[in-house]
Amino acid sequence: MDIVLEAKHIDKYFKKPVKFQVLKDINFQIKTGEFTSIMGKSGCGKSTLLYILSTMDTNYTGELYLQNQLITGKDATHLSYLRNKHIGFVFQFHYLLSEFTVLENVMLPAKKLAEKSVVDIKQTAQNKLKMLNIEHLALKKASQISGGEKQRVAIARALINNPSIIMGDEPTGNLDSHNAENVFSIFKQLSEEQGLSLLIVTHDEDFAKKTDRILLMEDGKML
Amino acid sequence: MINWNIILSIAKTHLVTKLRQTLVATLGVTFGIGSYITLVSFMTGLNAMLDDLILNQTPHIHIYNEIEPSKDQPVSIYDDFASHLNFVRSIKPKISQKKIHNALPIIDYLEKDKDVLGALPQVVTQIFYIAGSIELGGNLTGINPLEESKYFNLEDYIIEGSAETLENTDNGIILGIGIAKKMALNVGDRIQISPISGDFFPLKIVGFYQSGISDLDAIQSFTNISTVQRILGEANNYITDINVKLKDLEKALPMSQLIEQQFGLKAVDIKTANAQFDTGTDIRNLITYAVSITLLIVAGFGIYNILNMLIYEKMNDIAILKATGFSGKDVQLIFMSQAMIIGILGGLLGLLIGFGLASFIGTIPFETEALPTVDTYPIHLQPSYFIIGFSFAMVSTFLAGYLPSRKAKKIDPVTIIRGQ
Ligand SMILES: Nc1ncnc2c1ncn2[C@@H]1O[C@H](COP(=O)(O)OP(=O)(O)O)[C@@H](O)[C@H]1O
Ligand SMILES: [Mg+2]
Repeated sequence: MDIVLEAKHIDKYFKKPVKFQVLKDINFQIKTGEFTSIMGKSGCGKSTLLYILSTMDTNYTGELYLQNQLITGKDATHLSYLRNKHIGFVFQFHYLLSEFTVLENVMLPAKKLAEKSVVDIKQTAQNKLKMLNIEHLALKKASQISGGEKQRVAIARALINNPSIIMGDEPTGNLDSHNAENVFSIFKQLSEEQGLSLLIVTHDEDFAKKTDRILLMEDGKML
Repeated sequence: MINWNIILSIAKTHLVTKLRQTLVATLGVTFGIGSYITLVSFMTGLNAMLDDLILNQTPHIHIYNEIEPSKDQPVSIYDDFASHLNFVRSIKPKISQKKIHNALPIIDYLEKDKDVLGALPQVVTQIFYIAGSIELGGNLTGINPLEESKYFNLEDYIIEGSAETLENTDNGIILGIGIAKKMALNVGDRIQISPISGDFFPLKIVGFYQSGISDLDAIQSFTNISTVQRILGEANNYITDINVKLKDLEKALPMSQLIEQQFGLKAVDIKTANAQFDTGTDIRNLITYAVSITLLIVAGFGIYNILNMLIYEKMNDIAILKATGFSGKDVQLIFMSQAMIIGILGGLLGLLIGFGLASFIGTIPFETEALPTVDTYPIHLQPSYFIIGFSFAMVSTFLAGYLPSRKAKKIDPVTIIRGQ
């Protein structure tokens, strides 16, 4: 099976307020189509690792491969492009552009990528919304929908460019159990039906158990 | 690759949702540019009017015979005293006539020059105006009325009568308005003229002259050259002044120097004679630009503030955009576009308002005795002011947008996302 994401000897330090090593020699691979969860106590470095994997944080040592291509040390513009095309990110808080409609929010990364015409992009965005059962919200302002709906919009946005991998940092952490369940089943469905690779940080043990693989972290180390 | 559609659509959404701030920033620019256009067109209108007032009726080169003491005293030419220190006290000018020797051939010569539009003879003399028991000192200038009108706009300053009637009336006079008022004279009346040498000559008033400079209007009158020559008892080659109008004003200085050398006459060019007018013009321009630039700087700070605020409010948006694949440059361009949209809209509106205001001022009646040729406030609109004004707007909004947008470019999404 192909490897979609690989981390080799990732170390990261925070220099302020005092120097300390937050990530210690992290090594792992994610295979294509694998649904992986990361678990660990609060403060063990999960978010920090995810920011590095998503190419937003470049201040680390070690090597990062995306589809067997080394991406460590690439320039910021190229990393933006990789993020745009290959990585879908879902945050704990529903980060949407509040002044834009749901549909515009979902379309934005695809318009940036500009591989398709606006008409096609709109069609794709509507399909994604339909798949997530929120097509009726398409023309609402992002600020006018509920938290669970926002998170589904964020997932639709993460999917719009058919990324190689979806990353989530406690995407259900801020939702009630019903909505959390819903988001999880969406991920599960994406993994099973579309063979999407997922890497999701979670605190929810039940959630984690249903994934293909659990990575455990403690004090900046991968167990 | 820069995707302008999406950058502009995000910029537009930001501007529209923050409509009030957008309007304030836009109107700041509008105000700056509008004032600039209004000020500059009014100031240059004023400059042109004041220049006209003096320069239009001033010859480019004025040639006359200056009465001045000789620079070389006989003792200094005498070799025997060359090694001595010579003092000559109380040097007086040699009595010399005001007449320009060989004036007519000189005029012919000048008129053949390709740079010369016209060279007009004048006879300037001091006289007394006498009406009843009143006696006033003044100047009477003998001219060729039609030529003076053609080259020095005399007609503009004749408020009653015309140059043509003077030309056609033997023993006619166009009287300075100040004299007419003092002596309560009307067109058609007669006035006695007495040259310094005595005698009386009755002249018929055919018009009034008003230059706008009241000191001048209180002494100056015009008549035909032949009339003055007759009053003075001189021949028709008696000419005291020659006024030259050139095709190019810039040639006045070199040409006047040449004339001085060639004919041994005094020749004063317009720039030397009116140096103070250039200074006035410069200072008015300086004020215009200082005020406009100040207004634009204030407007620029407004834009700077508003964009800074906007970027602060839009931290989350910036983080999301960067997390979903927009580069720092894209984000910078989004905020730069906002500044430039404000600048373009504000600038265009400012041009329109400036044009409207200036045109309006140009219709306000402005009638003053001092300026017979002016009846509304002087306005001078020129395309270059609009180009300069718009460039001003672009540059100031660019500078005001640059720093905040660079800040937006550098925002680290991780810091923002963690901060939630
Ligand atoms: N910008 C920062 N500067 C210094 N320390 C930080 C910074 N961000 C996070 N940390 C610290 O790094 C550790 C790991 O944080 P994080 O990756 O957010 O943990 P987790 O997501 O597993 O809860 C924590 O102890 C946190 O306090
Ligand atoms: Mg975390």
